[in-house]
Amino acid sequence: METFINLAHGDGGELTHRLIRDVFVAAFGKKDTALFDAASLYIPTGNVAVTTDSFVIKPIFFPGGSIGNLAVAGTINDLAVSGARPLYLTCGFVIEEGFPIVDLKKIVIDMANEAKKTGVTIVAGDTKVVEKGSADGVYINTTGIGVYEHNKGCSLAFEEGDAIIISGTIGDHGIAVLTARGDLGITAPTLSDCASLNGMIDSVLQQCGTVRIMRDPTRGGLATTLVEIAEDFQITMTINERLLPIKQEVHGACDILGFDPLYLANEGKAIFIVADSQKEKVIDILKSCPEGKDATIIGSITSKGKGQLLLETPIGSKRMLNRLSGTMFPRIC
Amino acid sequence: MLEILKQSNDPGICMPLVEAVLEKAKEFQKKFGRKPAFMEVCGSHTMALAKTGVKQCLKADVNLISGPGCPVCVTDQKSIDAMIALSDEDNRIICTFGDMMRVPGSNKTLLDKKIAGSDIRVVYSPIDTVTIAEENPDKEVIFLGVGFETTIPILTLMVGEAKKRGISNFSIWMTTKLVEPVLRYLLEAGDVKLDGFILPGHVSIVLGESSYNYLVEEYNMSGSITGFETAELLSTIYKLIDLALQEKTAIENNYSSVVSESGNKVAKQWMETYLTTCDEAWRGIGVIPNSGLDLKKEYDLYNAKKRFKVEVGEPRKTKCRCGEVIRGLISPSECHLFGKACQPLNPIGPCMVSAEGSCAAYYQYMRESL
Amino acid sequence: MCVGVPAKVVKKMEYTAVVDVMGSQTTVGIIFVPEVEEGEFVIVHAGQAMSIVDEQYAKDSVLEWRKLVDARNSETVE
Repeated sequence: METFINLAHGDGGELTHRLIRDVFVAAFGKKDTALFDAASLYIPTGNVAVTTDSFVIKPIFFPGGSIGNLAVAGTINDLAVSGARPLYLTCGFVIEEGFPIVDLKKIVIDMANEAKKTGVTIVAGDTKVVEKGSADGVYINTTGIGVYEHNKGCSLAFEEGDAIIISGTIGDHGIAVLTARGDLGITAPTLSDCASLNGMIDSVLQQCGTVRIMRDPTRGGLATTLVEIAEDFQITMTINERLLPIKQEVHGACDILGFDPLYLANEGKAIFIVADSQKEKVIDILKSCPEGKDATIIGSITSKGKGQLLLETPIGSKRMLNRLSGTMFPRIC
Repeated sequence: MLEILKQSNDPGICMPLVEAVLEKAKEFQKKFGRKPAFMEVCGSHTMALAKTGVKQCLKADVNLISGPGCPVCVTDQKSIDAMIALSDEDNRIICTFGDMMRVPGSNKTLLDKKIAGSDIRVVYSPIDTVTIAEENPDKEVIFLGVGFETTIPILTLMVGEAKKRGISNFSIWMTTKLVEPVLRYLLEAGDVKLDGFILPGHVSIVLGESSYNYLVEEYNMSGSITGFETAELLSTIYKLIDLALQEKTAIENNYSSVVSESGNKVAKQWMETYLTTCDEAWRGIGVIPNSGLDLKKEYDLYNAKKRFKVEVGEPRKTKCRCGEVIRGLISPSECHLFGKACQPLNPIGPCMVSAEGSCAAYYQYMRESL
Repeated sequence: MCVGVPAKVVKKMEYTAVVDVMGSQTTVGIIFVPEVEEGEFVIVHAGQAMSIVDEQYAKDSVLEWRKLVDARNSETVE
């Protein structure tokens, strides 16, 4: 096999055929469905959940993962936090001429492993190759398909007093990736928290039926995601600065670089807003899962009717959290 | 050390400190018939007071006024325009601190220029600029030297390093500011009634506690040097109110773990070797004589102002009131543009977009409507 | 800009040192604090160590705050 991707790998001829066979099908399996232009899928009864995502992360390999497992986990999580059971994934690749095939194999194997772990099947894909300089290594686009199940999912029936829970420490992915880029001059032992959460979320929904809402705080971090929920549903949420679970080394890296962990990306965490009466039960369920061992109640819905997110400081004052204006963290996912 | 840091933000210590400050402030009001008023003159203090919630907690009883603490914000518009115009030539690499990127010029920002193709780079550690010059011998590499006395010694390190490595394609556009001249200006102008200054944390590391004696000796004004944690800020405000109640004036060092009597002698030595005082134009004020530091004549090779001619017209007139904000004459929310025409994503003036700007601090941390 | 958090010197070289802030590490210049020793804490600004932290003074600050708080508490009790 060639060492590097070249334009012929994308032109539909012999090299394309070998690439699909030796890299993609070798990892993803399903030789039979690879014979058609479209996959034929069984969807259990219910509303179909569809999501799409693109991954342009830099660097492609980072502490705790690669663009491969990130693409799978990220897409699965979008389905899972919506309350759907993830079933199938597609993936389209845009690869830069000159990209090492051994790296492509690593990425694809990461994807296959992540999919296998989660019970999701990769059913369709596409590969294009562009000239050197027209893409940065590899970009991946995915579509995720799942199904909503009856009486399980997000009720959106918010009430004053509802608890806000984060399933673990914040800012890990952001710091892992930013420090891995090497241009900030700092090293941190932090690993990305990249992880598929469908198992953990399913455990919660199995026992609780519905929760108010779930979201995964990716780009923009915990703060941005909560601001969006507050504005979308016109609720006032107050979170307590002292309760935020943040790893020491993430604090340290943020202090050196002047970042705020509240705005850094997470790729293996979920926010749950639940009825006050359910909060302890949900915490217990989350803590029994490896991805949720640091789950914490961080605040509550303090009133309805006005969409805002407030942060309570250690001295009891409250300040509004907004979306970030202009701080640039390019290509974090 | 970590334990100490934790306690600096521990509610068990900080909440009683808040109550203690409020109590003292009420005592002050009873005695003098008005609220005590203090000005902080360090951009990081402006941010810290807002972010920790100290300013909001004390709002009703203590008047905390933001002063000229942000080096980018106090730089006058013509200088800003000149720095942005530097990037117009093709064979140049402009290196700068991050918050200069989105400061509005009369025409464009550095970010606009970067998107349009100019080679403009943000450096976290200015000394990296010298390495960039070494790696790009065919380009002129210019660092935008904006800063107060914490940053100024670091600029001299860069010149020293360039000299050592025999690099001649490196220079600094010097537009530095000194704290003492602007404090004297404010006190002599007398526009804002003050009971004391919250003195800068890191500038004081370089200058030393005794460098502020003129405040007491010549202006009968107290000052307290402090750090950035909640308990540090609160205890400083407490001490300042206490001094005023006793009708005493003094310079307090509330950051003695890090600030000494005479400052950092090594840093001062570097400044003395390479720099000489010069006049500087301040936003909203005009030229204050001997209020900045420039490279001495023998270092003209590294002085971008001597090497490159930049032509800029008179700055575009806007309704921006940053000049009044940095003098403590108005608070950000009193500017009609605040939060409407002027927001961090489309700023009219530097105070809204600088990492240490008063308007930025207000916008990010104090716009709560509860 | 101004980082208030002290960084611990874990390795001292000639003009630079590796410092650790709660587990994250970076290299800073130590030209302004040439006498710093490994194990001591420094305050860092724009990639340069500007001052060595005197831990005793730092501890004394905490004691001072506690004293203030305790004095208040005993007043309120009375």
